[in-house]
Amino acid sequence: MITKRNKALSVSPLKASQPMGAALAFLGMYHTMPMLHGSQGCTAFGKVFFVRHFREPIPLQTTALDQVGAIMNPDDNVMEGLKVIAEKNKPAMIGLITTGLSETEGTDVKRTVREFRQQYPQFDNIAVVPVNTPDYKGCLETGYSLAIQAMIEELVPDSSEAPKVAQRQRQVNVLISPSLTPSDVEVLKETIEAFNLRPVMIPDLADSMDGHLTESRLNPLTIGGLAVSEFETLGLAAATIVIGASMDKAADMLHEKTTVPDYRFKTLMTMEAFDQFLMTLKELSGAEIPDRFERQRSQLQDAMLDTHFMLGQLRVAIAADPDELYNFNQLFKSMGAEIVTAIAPTHVHTGILEQLDVPEVQIGDLEDLEKSATEQKAQLLIGNSHVVESAKRLELPILRASFPQYDYVGGYQRTWIGYKGCRQTLFDLANLVLHSPSEHEIEPYYAKYTQKEEYEHESEQTLTRGVQH
Amino acid sequence: MKSKDIAELLDEPACEHNKKAKSGCAKTKPGATAGGCAFDGAQIALLPIADVAHIVHGPIACAGSSWDNRGTRSSGSTLYRLGMTTDLTEQDVIMGRGEKRLFHSIKQAIDDHSPAAVFVYNTCVPALIGDDIEAVCKAAQERWNVPVIPVDAAGFYGTKNLGNRIAGEAMFKYVMGTRDPEPVKNPPKNMKIHDVNLVGEYNIAGEFWHVLPLLDELGIRVLCTLSGDARYHEVQTMHKAKVTMMVCSKAMINVARKLEENYHIPWFEGSFYGITDTSQALRDFARLIDDPDLTKRTEALIKREEAKIRKSLEPWAERLNGKRVLLYTGGVKSWSVVSALQDLGMKVVATGTRKSTEEDKARIRELMGEDTKMLDEGNPKILLQTYEDYKADILIAGGRNMYTALKARIPFLDINQEREFGYEGYTGMLELVRQLALTIESPIWPQVRSAAPWK
Repeated sequence: MITKRNKALSVSPLKASQPMGAALAFLGMYHTMPMLHGSQGCTAFGKVFFVRHFREPIPLQTTALDQVGAIMNPDDNVMEGLKVIAEKNKPAMIGLITTGLSETEGTDVKRTVREFRQQYPQFDNIAVVPVNTPDYKGCLETGYSLAIQAMIEELVPDSSEAPKVAQRQRQVNVLISPSLTPSDVEVLKETIEAFNLRPVMIPDLADSMDGHLTESRLNPLTIGGLAVSEFETLGLAAATIVIGASMDKAADMLHEKTTVPDYRFKTLMTMEAFDQFLMTLKELSGAEIPDRFERQRSQLQDAMLDTHFMLGQLRVAIAADPDELYNFNQLFKSMGAEIVTAIAPTHVHTGILEQLDVPEVQIGDLEDLEKSATEQKAQLLIGNSHVVESAKRLELPILRASFPQYDYVGGYQRTWIGYKGCRQTLFDLANLVLHSPSEHEIEPYYAKYTQKEEYEHESEQTLTRGVQH
Repeated sequence: MKSKDIAELLDEPACEHNKKAKSGCAKTKPGATAGGCAFDGAQIALLPIADVAHIVHGPIACAGSSWDNRGTRSSGSTLYRLGMTTDLTEQDVIMGRGEKRLFHSIKQAIDDHSPAAVFVYNTCVPALIGDDIEAVCKAAQERWNVPVIPVDAAGFYGTKNLGNRIAGEAMFKYVMGTRDPEPVKNPPKNMKIHDVNLVGEYNIAGEFWHVLPLLDELGIRVLCTLSGDARYHEVQTMHKAKVTMMVCSKAMINVARKLEENYHIPWFEGSFYGITDTSQALRDFARLIDDPDLTKRTEALIKREEAKIRKSLEPWAERLNGKRVLLYTGGVKSWSVVSALQDLGMKVVATGTRKSTEEDKARIRELMGEDTKMLDEGNPKILLQTYEDYKADILIAGGRNMYTALKARIPFLDINQEREFGYEGYTGMLELVRQLALTIESPIWPQVRSAAPWK
């Protein structure tokens, strides 16, 4: 059952906005500048949000709408912003992302981009991808999906009439949910490469946001990521792998345009899911599964044995975007733990929330998380850095996941997927449980008739307490 | 907000930027703009008021990416750390249900958290669709008998700076002067207690608590710091102070000016960064309060504290003496930090003056000599070039430039809002030297600059 938001005020919001999600998708593209069409604050807040999470400089610009401009001639700001970035930064791509402000004003970014093309043909080599992401709808996950869809729409040539499928026999397109970290993407890439396949990661956050130093000291644009030119090759691939339900729509679009067959995975965070993933790669490549995966798999099995004592029947409360919720849902199901509280920031209508094995998914905030976790006697919380405060108030252990993680170095670099990632997650969860005060600890009993002199005092206390009750 | 009102706020007679052609509140350029909006500025200015429910009226982006991300500390109530937003939906926007949602939100905040007051921050979308937040606040206040203060600071009104002023204006218009201060509890027999205000002190990382014991000792009662560790009922009493100190910033200069114009409270600009400036600020209080006994005790305290801190700094000063600093801050803070660094024997080779006034610049010249490089613009390229040209040992700047330094593999110290460490007062200097030495002397620099041996 999905319970809608039932109160006026959102307290301790869980939701990160659609424009943030769209910006994140563009951050996974090479030499790109995302630009939010809104007030300069939209961008300033967004920048801080990502800087604190990734501990990296974040390229993000703004059309800097002001009060008069927002009403009189907002498109001029878009035109000027595009021109300034094109001249100054010479990017490969500009992501033009709308906000609540520009959407309320009624912007038509597609038309404005057409006008920009007419007026400035000298910038034809720069891809400009507009995407509509008002922040009064959706959440980070939906904004990210919309941006990927917009890129596919703008940049992938339609080859459905004359399909070119598998002209590049070893190429595999990979559409990646925002619930995967840069480190996850890296693992994914290495795994696919281990089958002698050529993965094209859409987007490639592993190459841009993995936190590495470059030769060049100044980088106004993204320092890595998927090359824009790769979009033209997507139709030549042998297959598309889709990770996360949030990528379904983008996958449908890509399939429609290219007819490249796709293989969809809702999660890669459990053993079973990763088994299937490897089997798919085996099938696609015709290669055998490298031995090391079997070893890792058996390590994971060993970890499951070791940790099932701590994780069995564990009551977990979690607040996250839908794909992330599903990841944990599968993981906990596989370990016999129970999600007693599931909070999503918005109803995404990808069908994924309906598939969670929980009696209720609340559309809500962290206040709802705290209330429900208390009622449901949760033993562990999972969520972003804001949830750390909730955990303190509830005196529960927390495992940090998703956006933003500003109080934890390297959270963005954590690996969740695959046998190894899953194994580490099990260890971490088990340790959190081991180190939190146990409910099963038995209170010492001080016998009334005893020879133990040292606790005469306690024994008296027990007696008095007994009288009081 | 009407354009006329915005123009009035931008035209701040007490701000030196007004007198020169250069404006601190210049129009922004699409595609090449950094920095926050008016809402950001208003929120920064008021959020530290700890016992208030701060409600952001707008869709999620405004509060969602920004709640609870400041380093400001409270000694009591933590209500201010809860992010509250009406989180407007598409239906709210289309059907015009924003005002209604806001009204119910105020009720919810009052019912659940019993705040001393509710502040409602306007944002772009409700401003554009014409939500009358002032009317909603008024109605809510009458209905539930809790002060509900509108802060009409939609982001697109202008820059962060303007937002600071709007916030100050809202406090002056709706809050200050609505209550008289409590009599001093257990007044000492041997000295008179004097009431003061601090404006623009945010108690980042709790750093004002380095200073507060000194003021206590001198018998100076802080009626209110706007807004670090403040409470609503303190803001109400600011009109009764004897002196206002503008701390390190021109941001809410309109508050100081209006307190002077309306309540004849003199004000001075000062800073608690560095030994010299901390002493100066204490002297300025004594000078404006004009109580000979206070002056005498102030001098004695300064003498004692300076001797004490200089002694504890000795071993550090040896290590930092002669180190060269590239300082890039927004503006006024420049000179205050310069003095702190000079107290340590460090040499500031260049400093940012983008937001500095002519007066600030004169002060910088006076402090650092004519050969100091002043940077009117501080894009990363210029900063790194200057760093090399002037052979600096460290870049000290706001968090925004942290990665300019780190990605270029050079030592860095953050002196802005989000930082984790407090540098104010005499004792704050010890933290400052520790942080400076920690990055300058770190063994990582040759390692992170080294190429792989097989290259």
